[in-house]
Amino acid sequence: MLNGLRAIDCDVHPMVPGMRALAPYLDEFWRDQVVERGITQLDSQSWPIRAPKTIREDWRGPDGRGAESVAQLQAQALDRFGAETAILNCLYGVQLVMNEDMAVAFARALNDWIRAEWLDRDPRLRASIVLPLHSIERSVEEIERLAGDGRFVQVLALAMGETPLGRRQFWPVYEACVRHGLAFGIHAGSAYRHPQTSVGWTSWYLEEYAANQQGFQSQLASLITEGVLTKFPELKVVLLESGVTWLPAFLWRLQKTWKGVRFEIPWVDRPPAELVRDQVRLTVQPLDAPDDPGVVQRVLDHLRSDEMLLWASDWPHWQFDGDAAVPPGIPESLLPKLIRENPLATYQRLREGAAR
Amino acid sequence: MNVIQPKLAPGKPPAATLGLIDVDIHPRANGIADFKPWLSQRWWDYAETYGIRARHGFTGGQPPFPKAQPLASRRDAWPPNGGTPASDLNFLREQHLDSYGIDIGVLNPLQPSGQGDRNNGFSAAMAHAVNEWQLEVWLRREPRLRGSIVVPYEDGAASAAEIRKRAGDPNFCQVLMMSRTGEPAGNPRYWPIYEAAEEVGLPVAYHAFGYSGWAMTNGGWPSFYIEEVSEHATSCQNQVTSLVVEGVFERFPKLKVILIECGFAWLPSLGWRLDKHWKHLKAEVPHLKRAPSEYIREHIWVSTQPMEEPERGQHLTDIMGWIGWDRILFASDYPHWDFDDPRQAIPGFLPAERRRDIYGSNARALYGF
Repeated sequence: MLNGLRAIDCDVHPMVPGMRALAPYLDEFWRDQVVERGITQLDSQSWPIRAPKTIREDWRGPDGRGAESVAQLQAQALDRFGAETAILNCLYGVQLVMNEDMAVAFARALNDWIRAEWLDRDPRLRASIVLPLHSIERSVEEIERLAGDGRFVQVLALAMGETPLGRRQFWPVYEACVRHGLAFGIHAGSAYRHPQTSVGWTSWYLEEYAANQQGFQSQLASLITEGVLTKFPELKVVLLESGVTWLPAFLWRLQKTWKGVRFEIPWVDRPPAELVRDQVRLTVQPLDAPDDPGVVQRVLDHLRSDEMLLWASDWPHWQFDGDAAVPPGIPESLLPKLIRENPLATYQRLREGAAR
Repeated sequence: MNVIQPKLAPGKPPAATLGLIDVDIHPRANGIADFKPWLSQRWWDYAETYGIRARHGFTGGQPPFPKAQPLASRRDAWPPNGGTPASDLNFLREQHLDSYGIDIGVLNPLQPSGQGDRNNGFSAAMAHAVNEWQLEVWLRREPRLRGSIVVPYEDGAASAAEIRKRAGDPNFCQVLMMSRTGEPAGNPRYWPIYEAAEEVGLPVAYHAFGYSGWAMTNGGWPSFYIEEVSEHATSCQNQVTSLVVEGVFERFPKLKVILIECGFAWLPSLGWRLDKHWKHLKAEVPHLKRAPSEYIREHIWVSTQPMEEPERGQHLTDIMGWIGWDRILFASDYPHWDFDDPRQAIPGFLPAERRRDIYGSNARALYGF
């Protein structure tokens, strides 16, 4: 359906069948730990396997699981939608682990699994480096370990971690991203260090899924106010599966408050909305708009930029039915930018790949 | 540096042809001692020894994120008698009610009110005292003012008792909660509050503020006051989500909720998001009989200050239209530093009859003034 546009799918999710799949990529100590301690799987509550949202019904295998092989990705998304490139963002629960050493070992194994079992099997694939943000030092080490492989185009954090991502302790990660031309991706999901809301634990999965959006607002506020965007003007931040329509209202409020209390953060020397339009990008599944094209048009106008949105299928998450992979209401005229030009402008390593 | 702008001549905004109602005025006690006449000896001794204990580390009312101004107040709002801002009725009359021609003003007492205190018993004693203080110091002396029933909201039963105690008293026009509760607002522990409010026919207002005890974002503690202000919006989004998804509006179909000082431009997007994902997750929440945005449209009102400021006026018009022009209430936030002057706050590019409704008619219809 997107043939001819040389589409770039900015958010697809390979799913790990279980810890046994990662075993070949663990060193002897951790391979033994996994067996001896009975660590069979790290599926996250952010994505309950059987929840309708996690895997679209027609993308599930007979066992109810899905997204576990390149063949499935090819048949269900890549070939089907006619994508030239797709970026793998693996959400396996390695960031949820409490033990820093374990998290580092598991993240390394996960990244190696992605490389061997996905990137090596289809030249259209690119990936994000999953970071064990328990340790900044070891996250930077992981970036350095993998940065030589140009198929890694981004690093990946969760929308809800332990500490807001703008905090100065994280800045070596941003330095490493800029050094290697990697985007900083933030994806929906929690490391469960805090409740899903600032007012406590939610009862229902619908509430929990919805609360990701507030997590994105908080992370963006942190990245702006702590000075990450001003300090690293080359850095691109990509908000993955955040929804889109929340952004203008968030900026209108933050920018108004900034006018009143900018003495508190004097290093933010440009209006926050300008910083965001220059450096922050969002994937459009979900868009979180009604189907009415008139309303969608108004909302896109509120963004005041046609360069911020990136197409994604969000495979295998259920955001749309059939082949309607572009949210309804998005005008035809935006498609070339949405589907190819904006992703290329966002991901330095895709541009370098495209030039080769 | 603080600059006090020269004052415009006194008077009502010209568009307020059907009256000017300010739904957010903050009367302030000079200290807990102001409440002493209505506290038992036991709780007065406790108050003197331990004071307010919010769910954060500081004592004596020191906020963890220091405000932009002392007591978050306008520099010119300190009354000549040496009290704290909005502690003196005569000065409040002169500087605010008379100056802008305010017909009705709704009082929302904030700290030191004991709401959200770690000690439920003390919170309940304080709520009673604050309500008596409102009656004695403000409401019986100034017919333009209406009070809020302050409730010890972390204790649902005690809150319901305080609400029923005030039933039928026309001095009170709403039940007041802070927006950062210890659990999401739709949680059944708060249902006794909604049940009592529905029973006595009063709306429940959430005013942005309070300390839940949880991190101020779902990804940890922020650093700055500007973030705290930004996060009031996210907290309120979570509260609306919780009220809708827990089925509060199915259980209490006459309940009206007002979001005060929470902003409002985020409300349409939140409704769209909930609608979209509810379609996929309906089976989980069979207690919801309608799309989430329908509950929001029917049960939720918002106040203006601080009104989001889009770079283009048309965008504000879009948002207000999506929320519903009958759901938006004027608020000044007097005496706080980010106070909105009634004559300048509601932009002139909005149609005159819409401004008229925001200034007065919507609040009149909601509260039955």
